[in-house]
Amino acid sequence: MLTKRIIACLDVDNGRVVKGVQFVNLRDAGDPADCALAHAAAGADEIVLLDITATSGNRNTMLDVVSCTARDLFIPFTVGGGIRELSDAAAVFDAGADKIAINSAAVKDPSLITKIAARFGSQAVVVAIDARRRERESEKSYDKTFEVYVAGGRTATGRDALVWAREAAECGAGEILLTSMDRDGTQAGFDCELVRTIADAVSIPVIASGGAGSPQHFIDVFDINKGRADAALAASIFHFGLENIAQLKSELRAANVPVRWPC
Amino acid sequence: MSSSKTIAIVDYGVGNLNSVKKAFDHLGVDVVVTTEPEAIATAAKIILPGVGHFSALSGLDNTGLREAVLRAANAGTPLLGICLGMQWLFDGSDEAPEFAGAGILPGRCRPFPASVKSPHVGWNSLAVLSSTRLLRGVAPDSFVYYTHSFQAPVVAATSATTEYGQPFSAVVEQENIFGVQFHPEKSSDVGLRILRNFCESAL
Repeated sequence: MLTKRIIACLDVDNGRVVKGVQFVNLRDAGDPADCALAHAAAGADEIVLLDITATSGNRNTMLDVVSCTARDLFIPFTVGGGIRELSDAAAVFDAGADKIAINSAAVKDPSLITKIAARFGSQAVVVAIDARRRERESEKSYDKTFEVYVAGGRTATGRDALVWAREAAECGAGEILLTSMDRDGTQAGFDCELVRTIADAVSIPVIASGGAGSPQHFIDVFDINKGRADAALAASIFHFGLENIAQLKSELRAANVPVRWPC
Repeated sequence: MSSSKTIAIVDYGVGNLNSVKKAFDHLGVDVVVTTEPEAIATAAKIILPGVGHFSALSGLDNTGLREAVLRAANAGTPLLGICLGMQWLFDGSDEAPEFAGAGILPGRCRPFPASVKSPHVGWNSLAVLSSTRLLRGVAPDSFVYYTHSFQAPVVAATSATTEYGQPFSAVVEQENIFGVQFHPEKSSDVGLRILRNFCESAL
């Protein structure tokens, strides 16, 4: 049976993990390679590494990080942040990534998705979408729409998230990494309505992100009657009393969510 | 550089071969990524990777690589097709009917039934039909990582299936011909074991 994926996300700034699932007993909690291997050992199904370095002058540092992280990692490994053109993507693949995540650059020029997919395959292209509700939560669900933001959530585009997700899929995206800006950092649960809206609109997998605060939130976002997500990003499960992803998966198993186990 | 002791990874211009090479590096096995038909002719074993659309395999057709791989396979050189490389072992695929597969295994690759989303992406379990050389030491219900839009039929050479809408060929094995639909290089310890089994398999 196809399982629901739990993806560990590491935010990396200037070569160091600054936010991500944290580990006790890790030799160097700030080292991306150590973190990634610890997550993999604890049952993460994939690793996403996001370069949040503000300056663009550190690409070589980032490529070194990707290379070190990839070396002994044998689960899918996605790298995002700062990929503006095909050559940026090629450098990240050369360094050892299996997939790249693109966001603002794809909104600006959707043909970038097609170009990277033609060279590396659609399975290697993740389009990240940051979306925010246009309507207030009290309104009827079918009135709700979601707007795409770029530049790290700072710039509204006026574009509808559902329309953009469909276009990205048609351009050759292999997966959608969907972040709810309303829920991000709140630990109030994934925005299941947003996730389901996009998951129903495209046939490619949708990875839910933003708002996780308990194992129940993962159960909900995977529920066919709620979020319908194919995968979910775990950014800070440490905050809700779990030590690692194996504990999270254990809770999911108990709730009959299909997960890779033993991992 | 290649020698008769080397495993050759066939590079026909599409996809990222680093992950496959890295897995063999980790196992301490000498591999060479090559675009040269001559290197394939002298290789001890051959890996045919592949991602994306079946038409990507046209990169084999115009470069002499198709003939080199087929000749070596016919001469008994062990050949492992991965993902699209496994699909190539069959007659062809509805994804790109104009391109011929190798025809080593019978049948065509087809889309998934409409009852499931496509592509099939993620970790799914193997149902092992027969414990073959490739699956030695692999637990019968192990999980492996998939990403594909077309599926190969279950045939006599199928040694493990995976269920997605319906069962499809996950592992095939017939004399010196091996194939896996999933990505062993991304399937953690299970995948590494399968690659090691291929390296160690004697005919």
